[in-house]
Amino acid sequence: MADLSVRCAGLHLRNPFLLASGVWGESGESLAGAFRAGAGGVITKSIGSVPRPGYPNPTIETYATWGLLNAMGLPNPGIDEYPREIEVAIKAGATVIGSVFGGDADEFARLSARMAATGVVALELNLSCPHAEGFGTEVGGTPADVERIVRAVTKVVSIPVIAKITPNTNDPAALALAAERGGAAAVSAINTLRAMAIDVHLRRPVLSHGLGGLSGSAIKPVGLACVWKIFEKVSIPVVGVGGIASARDALEYVMAGARALEVGTQVTFEGIGVFTRLPKELSALLDELGFARLEDAVGVAHRASSVPRE
Amino acid sequence: MRSVVTVSERVTETPSTVTLRFPYAPAADPGQFVMVWLPGDDELPMSLSFTEGPSKGVTIKAMGSSSRRVQSIRVGDPIGIRGPYGNRFDLSPKRILIVSGGSGAAVLAPAAEQAIARGGSVTVALGATRAPELLFKERFRAMGARVEVATDDGSEGAHGFVTAVAERLLGSEPFDAVWTCGPEVMMKKVIVAADARSVPVFCSMERHMKCALGMCDACALGPYHVCVDGPVFAAERLRSVPDFATFHRDSSGRRLPF
Repeated sequence: MADLSVRCAGLHLRNPFLLASGVWGESGESLAGAFRAGAGGVITKSIGSVPRPGYPNPTIETYATWGLLNAMGLPNPGIDEYPREIEVAIKAGATVIGSVFGGDADEFARLSARMAATGVVALELNLSCPHAEGFGTEVGGTPADVERIVRAVTKVVSIPVIAKITPNTNDPAALALAAERGGAAAVSAINTLRAMAIDVHLRRPVLSHGLGGLSGSAIKPVGLACVWKIFEKVSIPVVGVGGIASARDALEYVMAGARALEVGTQVTFEGIGVFTRLPKELSALLDELGFARLEDAVGVAHRASSVPRE
Repeated sequence: MRSVVTVSERVTETPSTVTLRFPYAPAADPGQFVMVWLPGDDELPMSLSFTEGPSKGVTIKAMGSSSRRVQSIRVGDPIGIRGPYGNRFDLSPKRILIVSGGSGAAVLAPAAEQAIARGGSVTVALGATRAPELLFKERFRAMGARVEVATDDGSEGAHGFVTAVAERLLGSEPFDAVWTCGPEVMMKKVIVAADARSVPVFCSMERHMKCALGMCDACALGPYHVCVDGPVFAAERLRSVPDFATFHRDSSGRRLPF
């Protein structure tokens, strides 16, 4: 059996599969359940300064098993309330990464300090939610924003900081570089692609918010290209996210340069058992392809590639 | 994934409860729910109160502002439907005691109908605040169930909580299963009473729900998600759930005590 453990952003993970933020992350018992199912770590729902109910329903639309459109609207109980949920997950033995979102660098820094105090092993900064006014892409959409926010956070916390960046830009690698300059220990890519759906009978958008973000298998090729470009530009590790549903998807991301992976949408289509299945299947695939350790496969596709570097 | 349908019938069941019927072909079983989209407003989980055939139905009690808005829907209005979702009642037990509090009867009535159609016998302990609010009393009687009533104000049947009626029935007759839906504190009492006679209890649970697909975590109930692991839970699955009859969560995920 190939060794799936990875070192990423100063963390040692039993396998690369992290529960992506926004899925199963509202309650501590759910986080614990995802870890028990086999996840290498779990990322909390993105937490803000105050409780936020999110948008009214409809907040989701599904496409067979290849896509999920959502505009949840960053619902979360707020940083005063949420630590009790983290406590439940940590007590159950889970490796927990805390996700936060703020409206500016100061708010990110304040939230991050409080999140770090809960005992999470790392932070993920949500710089990339595509559908929340005043947050996400709106405050973290340019290299200058990303660098300023990451720097403000890394100044006040001692645990590793992962910057989750948006694909809704023409140059995601520039955002990753900015995160590296700001002191990020890793960068995760990608968040959802801006997207929408319209009901033709009702002549209106399906989502109450109109615009949302697309995830699932449909966006895997986009995520891969982003990870590929980012891997070329930065020296910090990359966490690959976007449409991972099989061991092969996972290994594609790793060969493109990802050192750890996030899985979210597939939980919708398969249940939390996806975190039991994927490590098993990835280990078998690595055996079949002659890799003793997953880390040996990180970025290997770049060596063989004739894709012109910029 | 959603079908837009037109409301075909609107029935006032009690002063606070309304049934909406609509054409929706997908097969459904008693216990399951659908997501009902009120265009421009909200989309809410609702247990099916009519599950058989191409005309489905939901029965809604005016509680919060959104269920009031559901009640404002008229015949001919378009609504979006997706589902059915969730699990179902096991219809195989022969002697069934139903304990219904308030609008709990909405999900229990179609289950009782099908149990009786399969040769089962059904006794209903039907509770409400006052006589006019006794939901589906005539429907239960018409299907051949025995109905024992309790009202909080004593305006019909036993004066007090329906749990007292359930305890009396459990103490005097044999049952193979108890199905219950209503306030969680009520259901917890039913479980205690049935445990004493070793009768298995199945509870139809409710939590704030958003995606209905087991993804968003809004309806987390201990290690479960009501949308995909429920809404029907065997009592032994709830026993170790600290949330049960203790707290639920609002739209932001904050814990709210019952």
